[in-house]
Amino acid sequence: MSHGARRVWSGQAVFLAWATVAACGFVAPFVVYPVFAMNVLVMALFASALNLLLGYSGLLSFGHAAFLGSAAYVTGWSAKAWGMPVLVSLAAGVAVATLLGLVFGVLALRRTGIYFAMITLGLAQVVYFIVVQMPWTGGEDGLQGIPRGTFLGIDLGNSIAMYYFTYAVFLAAFWLIQRTIRSPFGQVLRAIKENEPRAISLGYDVQRYKLLAFVISAGLAGLAGSLKALAMQFATLGDVAWQRSGEVVLMTLLGGMGTVLGPSVGALLVVTMENYLSSIGSWVTVITGAVFVVVVMAFRRGIVGEVQALLGRRS
Amino acid sequence: MPDDLILETRDVAKEFRGFVAVAGVSLRVKRGSIHGLIGPNGAGKTTMFNLLTRFLPVTRGTILHRGEDVTAMAPAQVARRGVVRSFQISAVFGSLTALENVRIALQRRLGTSFRFWAPERSLRVLDDRARALLDDVDLGSLADVPAGELPYGRKRALELATTLALEPEVLLLDEPTAGMGHEDVGRVADLIQRVAKGRTVLMVEHNLSVVADLCDTITVLARGSVLAEGSYAQVSADPAVREAYIGSAA
Repeated sequence: MSHGARRVWSGQAVFLAWATVAACGFVAPFVVYPVFAMNVLVMALFASALNLLLGYSGLLSFGHAAFLGSAAYVTGWSAKAWGMPVLVSLAAGVAVATLLGLVFGVLALRRTGIYFAMITLGLAQVVYFIVVQMPWTGGEDGLQGIPRGTFLGIDLGNSIAMYYFTYAVFLAAFWLIQRTIRSPFGQVLRAIKENEPRAISLGYDVQRYKLLAFVISAGLAGLAGSLKALAMQFATLGDVAWQRSGEVVLMTLLGGMGTVLGPSVGALLVVTMENYLSSIGSWVTVITGAVFVVVVMAFRRGIVGEVQALLGRRS
Repeated sequence: MPDDLILETRDVAKEFRGFVAVAGVSLRVKRGSIHGLIGPNGAGKTTMFNLLTRFLPVTRGTILHRGEDVTAMAPAQVARRGVVRSFQISAVFGSLTALENVRIALQRRLGTSFRFWAPERSLRVLDDRARALLDDVDLGSLADVPAGELPYGRKRALELATTLALEPEVLLLDEPTAGMGHEDVGRVADLIQRVAKGRTVLMVEHNLSVVADLCDTITVLARGSVLAEGSYAQVSADPAVREAYIGSAA
């Protein structure tokens, strides 16, 4: 029966997805620059965090850079000015992003659809201007020279070591996202996304579920930001700017929202384009924009989504 | 006798920017009865449903469940009290399997619905109960089919199984046979009769033969007001009802 076949296939797909990510991740720092590979990882985590909202809860946040950026600054400051250990700095960044997510969520979830997106964008702009005004963020220069510190006695100043640290955190976070999607909570989220009135009529306080999804997503976006600050050793205004919020939506749609691997594939593509095409300057934006238009018009499911649909039809 | 009434509205009204959808309806639903709500299009039947289940706020009036005022409660809260509704268009979760649909309803009472760190298999303890509910509506063999792929009549049956999973005290069915073929209508009517045992059912229905067969009491609404109330024989003999239905049914 075709339904049974699909179930088996989706189990295989999940396993395949894991194996692919794991294998690529292990050899990456020997194939490409470790810093580039870390950039891909943190953006993949960022996009996967957004996907939890966009793909599995049906909520479009246009303010996720606020979580990425604020966590980057907090982690950077904690490591640089206070000399805190890596894990403490990471935790501080994630905590701030999570709290910020709670504030954003409580305010934005009062509205739905485009109004929800606009409120997240507006609040993210507030965060942006706060970061610009604060004396300790370094304004236009950003926070520079953030020390990576050590972890279990290993000097993370070494880029290969830092890469594997980032990779381990990424895998743990990626696992948590997959678990969330396939948890009792994830089931309720799917139900709400598909038919909110029906979920209400079954007695679910849907706002509380959406809020928890938003907070988890914000916390994980913060984790991406904290890792980014340590990996790149700087935090800049670019990480809190609205362009970053737009970019992560683009990555998610490009790779395929609501798919396990889509956001990571999207992040890989966008970061690669930005990296290798950076010599041609602002044309990068034109090219990413054009790619985005093509994807939305021709491959609405995104790259991974289209591949899955193709394989699903064949089986 | 007020304790005989499980659901009651007192002079409930709903206006949308000046348009009066429901103009002061007092409804008295007896415990254990099957109560029909009929009337021509635009009579305010679905609006009444939305008011009773708190999906819409009332403009004025009071809604009582078991004699308690529920007028200001949230819709999910009313659902948790045991007043559960169905929808006019079939409301299933399309990408979830039939089994998962029923399990969503069972899951809330398990109290683990906020556990994002727990594996999905922790829900398997509910599978037996979910399968039993599916068997009740003859869906046992389709348990693993995504709900979106079920034929229309089967979706309505699944919706009913999902609703029954909550063990509701009051079932509000919004046009349970709408858009169904002859065979399915009979099947769903039988099903409603079966599940109504030990519960109260309030149903909006256009198919008058279903209403005649099932309902103990019928309230006829027209232009947002109660036109007539009583048994099928009583309301169908009422000249005002006949007039309201000219051109549409009787």
